[in-house]
Amino acid sequence: MLRFVARRLAYALPVLFAVATITFFMMRVAPGGPFDAERRLPDAVERSLRARYQLDRPLLEQYARYMANVLRGDLGPSFRYPDRTVGELIALGLPVSLTLGLAALAVALAVGLPAGVAAAVRRNRAADHATMGLAMLGVSVPNFVLGPLLVIVFALWLGWLPVAGWGSWRHVVLPAVTLGLFYAAFIGRLTRAAMLEVIRHDFVRTARAKGAPERRVVWRHALRIALLPVVSFLGPAAARLLTGSVVVETIFSVPGVGRYFVTAALNRDYTMVLGTALVYSALLVAFNLLVDLAYGWLDPRIREGA
Amino acid sequence: MTVRVEPLPAAAAAESRPAPSALGRLAANRAALLSAAGLLLLVAAALLAPWIAPYPYDATDLALGASPPSAAHWLGTDELGRDLLTRLLYGARVSLAVGAAATVVSLTIGVVYGAIAGYAGGRVDQVMMRVVDVLYGLPFIIFVIILMVLVGRSVVNLFLALGAVEWLTLARITRGQVLALKARPFVEGARALGASPWRLLLRHLLPNGIAPIVVYATLKVPDVMLDEAFLSFLGLGVQPPMASWGSLAAEGAVAMEVYPWLLLFPGLALASTLLALNFLGDGLRDALDPHHDEGRLEAGG
Repeated sequence: MLRFVARRLAYALPVLFAVATITFFMMRVAPGGPFDAERRLPDAVERSLRARYQLDRPLLEQYARYMANVLRGDLGPSFRYPDRTVGELIALGLPVSLTLGLAALAVALAVGLPAGVAAAVRRNRAADHATMGLAMLGVSVPNFVLGPLLVIVFALWLGWLPVAGWGSWRHVVLPAVTLGLFYAAFIGRLTRAAMLEVIRHDFVRTARAKGAPERRVVWRHALRIALLPVVSFLGPAAARLLTGSVVVETIFSVPGVGRYFVTAALNRDYTMVLGTALVYSALLVAFNLLVDLAYGWLDPRIREGA
Repeated sequence: MTVRVEPLPAAAAAESRPAPSALGRLAANRAALLSAAGLLLLVAAALLAPWIAPYPYDATDLALGASPPSAAHWLGTDELGRDLLTRLLYGARVSLAVGAAATVVSLTIGVVYGAIAGYAGGRVDQVMMRVVDVLYGLPFIIFVIILMVLVGRSVVNLFLALGAVEWLTLARITRGQVLALKARPFVEGARALGASPWRLLLRHLLPNGIAPIVVYATLKVPDVMLDEAFLSFLGLGVQPPMASWGSLAAEGAVAMEVYPWLLLFPGLALASTLLALNFLGDGLRDALDPHHDEGRLEAGG
C-alpha cells in the first residue's frame, strides 16, 4: 500500500510542476499587465512597481525565482493587495471553499446514492422513471440558475435561510445544495446503472440463497461493488466541484478561493492566479489519491494489481 | 460484455422478436424523439431570428424600462427596455453555435489523439492514456478562465478554449474503439494487402467505430454549452452587446429580486435545451450502443 501511495505521489510532482510552469508562462507572455489601469501610471511609478515585484528582470530569472520560492512554500506577494501575500489570502479562503465543497459532496452522496439504489431496485417502475427524470433535470439545470431560484424560494419567500454571506451553518445550506444537486443527479444515474449490473452477479445470488435479507443483499453486498464507478467518478467530480464553486461563491458572496481567483484573473494579478491554480491542482491531486485508496479498499483486486 | 439487465416479461417478449435496428430503438424512445423535434425547432428559430424576432435585437425603449411579460413583450423587457424574447432568440444563436463549434473542436482533438494511441498501442498508448488520466484530474475550467482573460474574450477564442479542454472522454472512446477493431480479421486483411496506417485508420477503423464516438460527441454538446454559460455568467465569455443565454442569465441574476423574469426565462431556455440534448444523447447511446457501461468512460475507472 505504501508503495502504491509513493508511486502516485511520484506522478503528482511533475504534474504540479507542469501546471506551475505553463500557468507562469501563459500569464507572462500575454499582453497586458497587472498595473494597467484606466489612467496610465507615471513612468517612474510603474518602473518602481515593476522593480518591486521584480518584473523588470529577465523572464527566466523570474521563473527560477518563483519556482524556488514555491518550493519553500512562498507563493509571493499579491499584486492587487500589496500588503498581503498570496499565501495569506489563500489561507483565508481555502477553509471556506473546502467547507462548501465537502458539504456539497455530502449532499451529492446523501441524495444520489439512495436515489440510485432505489431506482435500480424498482427498475422500470414509476418510481424509477420519476427518479431518473429528476436526475436528468438535475444535470440540465445550471447551478447559476438553480442558485438564484433557491434563494428566491428559501431566502426571500420563506425566509428560512440567509440570502448570501458566510458565518454560520445556515449560510452553508443553499450554496452546498446548489453545488451538490448536479452531482447528486449524476451519482444517482451512475449508481442505478452500476446496481443493475451488479445485481445479476453470482455473489448476489449466493447471498440471497444463503437467506440474507433483501435489504442486506442490496445495501451490503451489491452496493459495495456498485460503488466502484461512483468512487472513480468522484475524482473528476471534485475537479468540477471546485470550478463550480467559483460560480456558487460569486452568487452567494462566499469569501472562498474561487472568488479571489476570478477577481485575480480579471485583474491579471499574476501571483494570485498562479497561486490559486497551483493550490487547486494540488488539492485535486491529493483528492484523486484518496479516491484511488478508497478504490483499492473497496476492491482488493485493484490493490493487489497496483 | 454481456447484456447486463435481467429482461422483464415485456422486454423478454420483445427480445424474442428479431432485434430492432438502431433507428427502430431510437424511434421507440419518445423522450428522445420529442427532444429531437424540440431541438430542430429551436435551431430553426435561432437561424431565422432576424426574421421572426418581434423587435430588432438592439432596439431599446428606455421609457419602458424593465417590464414584466405583456402582450407587446411576451417575455418582458430588461432595464434598457430591450425585448427579452428577441434577445433570447439571438442568444440561442450564440449558445448553440458555441456548443456545436466547441464540440467539433473537441471531437477533432479527441479522435486524432485517441486513434493514434489506440493504433500505436504498447508503450506509446500507455503514456498517452496516462496523460489523459492526469489531465482528467486538473481543474481545466481554471485554465480556460486564464486563457480567456489573456487572449481576449471573443467567441472564437471561447470555443477553441472549450474544445481544447473537453476532448478527454472522446479520446478514451476513440482509443477503445480502435483497439477493439484493430485485431479484427478485416483489418488484418487490409493490412496484409499493404494498406498504410492512415488508410487503415481513416478507411477501416474509424468508420466502423464511429457510432459510440458520435454518441459521446452528442453528449458533449450540453457539457460545452454549460461551460459557455458558466464563463459568460462570470463575464468571461461572450461580451456585450452580443448575448448568450449564459450572459442573459447573469444579467438576470443581478436583478432577480426585482425583475425575476430576466433570470427565469434565460434559465428556462438553457435548462430545457440541455435537458433535450441530454435526452437525445442518451437515446442515441441506447440505440447505437446498447451495451455501454455508464461511468467507466466519464469516470476513468
